Amino acid sequence: MSILWHPPAPSQADSLIRRLPAALKLGIALAVIIGTVLAPVDCQLWFAGVLIFLLLAIAGSGLALGFLVKRLLLLLPFVLGVVLVNALAPTGRANWLALAVRSSLCLLTVILVANTTPFSETLRVLKRVRVPALLITTIALMHRYLFVLADEAERMRRARASRTFTPQRHFHWHALSTVVGQLFVRASERAERIYDAMCARGWK
Amino acid sequence: MHIPDGFIDGKTAALAGAISFAGVGLALRQVRRELPPRKVPLLGLSAAFLFAAQMVNFPVAGGTSGHLVGGALIAALLGPGAAVVVVTTVLIVQCFLFQDGGVLALGANVFNMAIVNSVAGYGVFRLVSGVLPGTRGRVTAMAFAGWCATVAAAICCAGQLAWSGTIPWSAAFPAMTVVHMLIGIGEGLISSLVLLAVERARPDLVAVAAKIAAPKRVGEMLGYGLLASLGIAVFVAPFACAWPDGLDSVAAKFGFTHNALQPLLPVPAPEYQMPGIHSAVGATAAAGAVGTLMVFVGSLLLGYWLAPKSRNHEHSLAPPRT
Repeated sequence: MSILWHPPAPSQADSLIRRLPAALKLGIALAVIIGTVLAPVDCQLWFAGVLIFLLLAIAGSGLALGFLVKRLLLLLPFVLGVVLVNALAPTGRANWLALAVRSSLCLLTVILVANTTPFSETLRVLKRVRVPALLITTIALMHRYLFVLADEAERMRRARASRTFTPQRHFHWHALSTVVGQLFVRASERAERIYDAMCARGWK
Repeated sequence: MHIPDGFIDGKTAALAGAISFAGVGLALRQVRRELPPRKVPLLGLSAAFLFAAQMVNFPVAGGTSGHLVGGALIAALLGPGAAVVVVTTVLIVQCFLFQDGGVLALGANVFNMAIVNSVAGYGVFRLVSGVLPGTRGRVTAMAFAGWCATVAAAICCAGQLAWSGTIPWSAAFPAMTVVHMLIGIGEGLISSLVLLAVERARPDLVAVAAKIAAPKRVGEMLGYGLLASLGIAVFVAPFACAWPDGLDSVAAKFGFTHNALQPLLPVPAPEYQMPGIHSAVGATAAAGAVGTLMVFVGSLLLGYWLAPKSRNHEHSLAPPRT
């Protein structure tokens, strides 16, 4: 879970892929994903080509191989579950292998792009393709305060744990939802302060 | 419920994307017009809050766990338009930053979790809290709305997977529905408890929210409803009709082979199968209805248990006294 929480600061070392413009990377990734999803099942040449292309990209990205594998394994269980259901389904569809290959390739593509492109660059590209400003502001604010709120939730959880003798085996709906509710209250109070700060800095 | 890439095919992704595009556009327009500028950062912070809240897993029967989707909760706190924007933001960030949910499947995920979840949740919430006034009514409404919204989103998800030919509808529908009927109980429980906690800590927040929440124009609410039902009609309705047909054909096939193998036995297999199938469909519908009713009664009991009348009464009397 902790890996999901904090996207690893991938090695900041400069690499070929990292230096490419974000728009180009995102465009290529989108093309690869669309191609992979739409390619017919029996078109093995395409899947093989994508795999080779991704392997080359990994080599040029400077990302640790272990990190990529860990990331992929973390995200695969759901995929494997559906693949299993599919393989065992009474109608016996034979496309479960294609399903697994397709989603793994797409997953790998997104992992690669996400970890070699700063999020602010991605936002800039979104702005350039005319995504509404309100949505971009919201995404940017969410990205900025995600980890702040996550840490705040963790502090609240720790504070409660240190003040109560709750055996962890039992699940306490009430305590949990009080923490979540309080988190919402704190988030909205923070939003008010952020608005004041934004105005103070000349936000229209 | 996040659909990864490769699980839905081109036509489903394109259609879901188009509907989601229209829905998010509508929501952005409404929010831009009605949300005071002061509240603009609240959208981003609510998205961050929702993300943090989704990290909290709650146990579902049998060792599995679920987590909050939160569309219904945010819709009750901020209104349907804001909820669509907030949940869409969460989905976009989860997709790009955490690779949770696919890029091409983003349209489908936005449709299920941002649009259907928020709109269904908001509709049920308003309906029930309109009938049952006060804090108690809101707790009941929130619990029931959370459950309904989760199940509705799961059914849409099953429809999309079946539409793409990834999982047959006969497997996807019961699996998704049953699992999410259980997860939905957790969703409803947490949503209502969180709503209650917010209401106790900062009653003004909920009051302000209720004021900006209601879409001012009837047309907009109709628009959301129309979009959600359009998607449901496209993704789910074909199967609702095709399902018995599919089983019928299988049954007919079995009946045929049965007869062919043992022509001497006077077993009227097709006729024998037919009533069974119809009652199976009927039984599913009945089970769904009974389940829904049970959840509603449970929500009512939760409301009575969590929000005693006396406190509620005192609360409503407080302003005149001061």
